[in-house]
Amino acid sequence: MPETTVILDAVAIQRALTRIGHEIAERNEVSADVVLVGIPTGGVPLARQLGNILSEIWKQPVPVGTLDVSMHRDDLDQRAAPKIHPTIIPFDVTGKTVVLVDDVLFSGRTIRAAMDALNDFGRPRKIQLAVLVDRGHRELPIKADFVGKNVPTALEEKISLRLAENGEGEVLLERK
Amino acid sequence: MTWHRKHLLDIESLTADEITIVLDTARAFKAVGKRTIKKVPALRGKTVVNLFVEPSTRTRISFELAEQRLSADIINFSTEASSFKKGETLKDTARNLEALNADFIVIRHSASGTPHFLSRVLGAHVINAGDGAHEHPTQALLDAFTIREKKGKIAGLNVTILGDILYSRVARSDIWALTKLGAKVTLCGPSTLVPKTFEQMGCRVTHDVDEAIRDADIINLLRIQHERQRKTMFPSIGEYTQLFGLNKARLARTRPDALIMHPGPINRGVEIDSEIADCARSLILEQVTNGLAVRMAVLFLLNGGKGPQEVA
Repeated sequence: MPETTVILDAVAIQRALTRIGHEIAERNEVSADVVLVGIPTGGVPLARQLGNILSEIWKQPVPVGTLDVSMHRDDLDQRAAPKIHPTIIPFDVTGKTVVLVDDVLFSGRTIRAAMDALNDFGRPRKIQLAVLVDRGHRELPIKADFVGKNVPTALEEKISLRLAENGEGEVLLERK
Repeated sequence: MTWHRKHLLDIESLTADEITIVLDTARAFKAVGKRTIKKVPALRGKTVVNLFVEPSTRTRISFELAEQRLSADIINFSTEASSFKKGETLKDTARNLEALNADFIVIRHSASGTPHFLSRVLGAHVINAGDGAHEHPTQALLDAFTIREKKGKIAGLNVTILGDILYSRVARSDIWALTKLGAKVTLCGPSTLVPKTFEQMGCRVTHDVDEAIRDADIINLLRIQHERQRKTMFPSIGEYTQLFGLNKARLARTRPDALIMHPGPINRGVEIDSEIADCARSLILEQVTNGLAVRMAVLFLLNGGKGPQEVA
């Protein structure tokens, strides 16, 4: 019988994102150089929300894009072909500080693929990583710059995120 | 719904959902073609053999470029410079290529069923790039992709395929794909080339060209396949053009939003007026662009393994 716990509810998600927004603003002094790029599917609404939060902090619009990483994955011939989501990067990333945004950081392989995919669009000056949940079990030397919540998990546990367009949502931990 | 097929042999055995997966995936690859860096590493380290035992320019180049843009390694193989001339059988040739660890074989052959045969004797992924008069699946997929992109949907559209249906693998694949996706397909051409038996495939057959194109949303023209016809199927090219060629007068009697397609190579002045081939309603070059995206999508999907869909 799977047992489900709520790790973050809507209020907690909002609080975590607001904090991450302020951390990004603290870390990056030149606000005009910062762009956000969400990784589908979970990272896309998060990036949009972080974009809103940062725009308010900096009193200027922060560009937000979407980057599909499926063509750059290293396990393409080991699982059924992934669904490809649109990539929308309506700005030049060259010379910018790109903050990649994802929902859950796990093995780190998605982030590696994202960094490769991002290279096809230009040469960012810096790449930073913001995630809502870090659940551990890294398989690559990758670390997040901004973390909403660290959640130590067992490998067989599952973390799922339900996030509506308006930002309402929750993060669930499922035990088998 | 996920893609679990190892080969792309025909459209007949695909479901509407599977066709839609290919079209959705192709949309993403079309976007890749518009980037500064048009290459992605999805097929890095994989070897693709393009085994073209029947001449082809468009399809071969399209496959080749699709493979290159997916970072695959490519071997091109054509009849002229091969051991077929020395009497080696297709099975032996293919087995030899597989012994070199080819992962994909893209086959074009004048005999129907060749790709199915290869898929039974080889471990590699087999893609049908046209087999005799049987099927040309990637052409049908790119046609469906083009129609869906231009019209926003396929279900409920009137699609008229005009020309040499009997000897056309494109027609067969198109009929399967479009009817599965809910289009109403009408076939038209000389009665010798468009027999009534095609009604069994779920489409309408007529020999009155004006009636066939009057309500069409899409008019798909096909070339006369002289190389496949064993006898003269109609009196003369001139008469064919007069009776079935798409000219300005005929086009004026179609719906103003009807679009014109042709798999190529076009014979200007035979099945299509030169001016019409170049007009704004013609999708002929768009089809070529989309063909590349569709072939990338097919290779990408077939490359997937058996594991779960879930990609975190």
